[in-house]
Amino acid sequence: MKLTKTLLASTALTVAGVGAVSADGHMASDMTLVSWGGAYQSSQQKAYVEPYIANNGGVSAVWDESSAEAVAKLRAMNEASNVTWDVVDVVAADAIRLCDEGLALEIDPDEQLAAAPDGTSASDDFGDLLVSDCFIPQIVYSTTFGYRTDLVNGTPDSICAVFDTAAYPGKRSLEKRPINNMEWALYCDGVAKDDIYDVLATPEGQQQALDKLDTIKGDVIWWSAGADTPQLLADGEVIMGSTYNGRLFSAIEEQNQPIGMLWDMQVFDLDGWIIPTGLSPEREARALDFVKFATDTQRLADQAKYISYGPARLSSAPLVGKHADLGIEMAPHMPTDPNNAANTLLYNYEFWADYRDDIDAKFQAWLAQ
Amino acid sequence: MTDAAGPMLAADGTPLKRSLARALRRQKLRALLLIAPLLIFVLVTFVVPIANMLFRSVENQIVSETLPETIQSLDGWNAEAGGIPDEDVFTKLYIDLFIAEEQKLHTRLGTRLNYEQTGASSMFRKTGRAVGRFDTDTYTDGFVDANGDWEDPAAWASLMADAGARAALPLTARSWDRWKAVFDAEGKELKKRNLEDFLFTALYTDLNAGGDAAHAMVQSAKPVAEGLAQVSLIDAFKEADKKWGEPEIWQTLTLYSPNYTPGYFLNSVDLERTLDGPKVKPENEQIYITLFGRTLWMSLVITGCCIHLGYPVAWLLANLPASKANLLLILVLLPFWTSLLVRTSAWKVMLQQQGVINDVLVFLGLVDDASRLIMINNQFGTIVAMTHILLPFMILPMYSVMQTIPPSYLRAAKSLGATNWTAFWRVYFPQSVPGIGAGSILVFILAIGYYITPEIVGGTKGVFISNRIAYHISSSLNWGLAAALGTILLAVVLLLYWAYDKIVGIDNVKLG
Repeated sequence: MKLTKTLLASTALTVAGVGAVSADGHMASDMTLVSWGGAYQSSQQKAYVEPYIANNGGVSAVWDESSAEAVAKLRAMNEASNVTWDVVDVVAADAIRLCDEGLALEIDPDEQLAAAPDGTSASDDFGDLLVSDCFIPQIVYSTTFGYRTDLVNGTPDSICAVFDTAAYPGKRSLEKRPINNMEWALYCDGVAKDDIYDVLATPEGQQQALDKLDTIKGDVIWWSAGADTPQLLADGEVIMGSTYNGRLFSAIEEQNQPIGMLWDMQVFDLDGWIIPTGLSPEREARALDFVKFATDTQRLADQAKYISYGPARLSSAPLVGKHADLGIEMAPHMPTDPNNAANTLLYNYEFWADYRDDIDAKFQAWLAQ
Repeated sequence: MTDAAGPMLAADGTPLKRSLARALRRQKLRALLLIAPLLIFVLVTFVVPIANMLFRSVENQIVSETLPETIQSLDGWNAEAGGIPDEDVFTKLYIDLFIAEEQKLHTRLGTRLNYEQTGASSMFRKTGRAVGRFDTDTYTDGFVDANGDWEDPAAWASLMADAGARAALPLTARSWDRWKAVFDAEGKELKKRNLEDFLFTALYTDLNAGGDAAHAMVQSAKPVAEGLAQVSLIDAFKEADKKWGEPEIWQTLTLYSPNYTPGYFLNSVDLERTLDGPKVKPENEQIYITLFGRTLWMSLVITGCCIHLGYPVAWLLANLPASKANLLLILVLLPFWTSLLVRTSAWKVMLQQQGVINDVLVFLGLVDDASRLIMINNQFGTIVAMTHILLPFMILPMYSVMQTIPPSYLRAAKSLGATNWTAFWRVYFPQSVPGIGAGSILVFILAIGYYITPEIVGGTKGVFISNRIAYHISSSLNWGLAAALGTILLAVVLLLYWAYDKIVGIDNVKLG
């Protein structure tokens, strides 16, 4: 008897709850946001989620730190017809793959995203950064090098210092994947910047890049998590290493490590939101509402108070101010700052979508030799 | 008793044999019912998902499901001649891709084929964007100008319900059915603007192939089709992506058109499919055989290390007084209660060049500061960290077997004149072998499937095949290849288990 009563009561409550939700503009009140954890996720929490919840009473958000495996997990969820995520933070390359597989919702920027305060449409404000129909850009980050100021001679100002073991003896850390490393290798082997991808598309060019990497193979520690390089630098295990610029910023400014930035040939990449397909209309409406809020001009500028990644909107750039805790100007630490962006490369999405499997096989075979 | 007396009967008159069999059957059934919940649980949560995952290693329906017409018309095409197919195949490809684009399936197919041919991914993405803008609208305009019914979905539907028209216009009928099914599946209505150019291309093709029916719409279209110049779809495709004019993509499509493919298995043993049968991959792309060999070899080394380190500990555990043995057992179990990641990271701190061990060695003057030992990011690091992590799995079975060996046997051997060594080697050791066997199987099989520890401390030379499987599951998303690698790994483990059974005998394995 008691069980029946409990069941009835809970059913009634659920029905009442659902009724309340649909009364509230037909939006779900719970959101699961997926991101990368660490300082980046907490910048999103402070810049986007807390103000959103303050504006929308009764909404709650939980985080899932699964962005690194987002594509595989979303595919599995989709096959099981049970998508538990509402808004997912992914790099642009993953957004393109999710869009290709039909796992991400297509977005019409001018309809579904906020216009800039001066009336510029969202599609003009984001410009070229809308690299996929499903992708809502958030930040521009870069993969670049940091070096131990006390362990290297002088101040390296060229990417090719990485390949110069005579002038800069010691270990370096590089990411355990071909992307970026192959480009840097070719560039330092004398290939003109504009020709890099033409050369890399040929088997000879791929071999040339691997041969160049081979000259420093014995001096490389390969990393697979973004936190590795700052740790290796702090321990003195490596004298220079590649990682995301925000990680280096926090090692330098927040932890006061003797690390310098080597911005030369930094590779720009994008990170942003996607909304999975297969959500119920209430959850989809909530996700769209959140994303519209979280990618407006002010919110993107706010995020730069907490982490040194450039906002993806043109209109946000002038609003970037000081770090919320450290009180330092953030603009000079942005990868997009003119002083830092003298010589840069943009991640070539189409090239790597095509060549990723092929070059990765060769890269891994080379690593295993 | 003779045969003439007939079979022995039970109390109720049935033959005893049958009665007994029935009773046994009932008993078996009852036992089965008792374990049914567990059996069903294991089946549903373990066997079915694994079988499903392994099945992906041969599954390849995506090609024939996305491009059914193309694959069918490629059937008679000779890929070995090295050319490209004719206009007819391109017409079918156009129809298939148009429908696939509407369902967003073409990019999925591109991803699939990109595993076999570099560049297929962007080829399908680009072409998908282009198919809506091919010049085939001349057909549409021509037919619609001749008879306004052609831009009326209801008129199309009634035409396509007409058996005579269907027989005369087979390609149009098939394309219409597929197109309509797409809209039905989404619960949408097929509107006027959804009568896309590809439907009229199919109509044009059918009419010029001699299709004729009494229906008024067909009659109105017939002269139009004869008058209209053919739009070259070969050129249109080449303009969308010039690779359509090269033989490679067509050879790949031919090779991967069947519903089931051995391609993933060939890839996982460093072979590739070609028109002339399997071929060894170029040397700079071979990796999996090396990794399988390394995984087996290093797992054996780790098992060996565990035996040598674990045996004395297990002996101590079994022979110390209970109070001390308990303390020791807690020390053995302690690592179990710490996270695997924490233990692995701790080894990183210990072994790295600026780490604890190197610092101590430099402090003691045993190693020069400039030539600190490299003990991590290589095979040594993987072996040390994994031996530490897997040691309890070796010690515990050994311990429980050793506990059952009476100490009096050793004393008896010694009293009969055996030396310490002889007593151990001839009397004690043989009795402890079942524990070693059980521990070795546990450690070896666990080691073969490890991937977190090698990923963190293994560098480039200390990673296992599981790291590649994980990479293909979560990064490259080539689940077929991951499934094939997993299937091979499973087969190797089963084979080794079988060999172990033949050589040592599985009855010799005891967990206590």
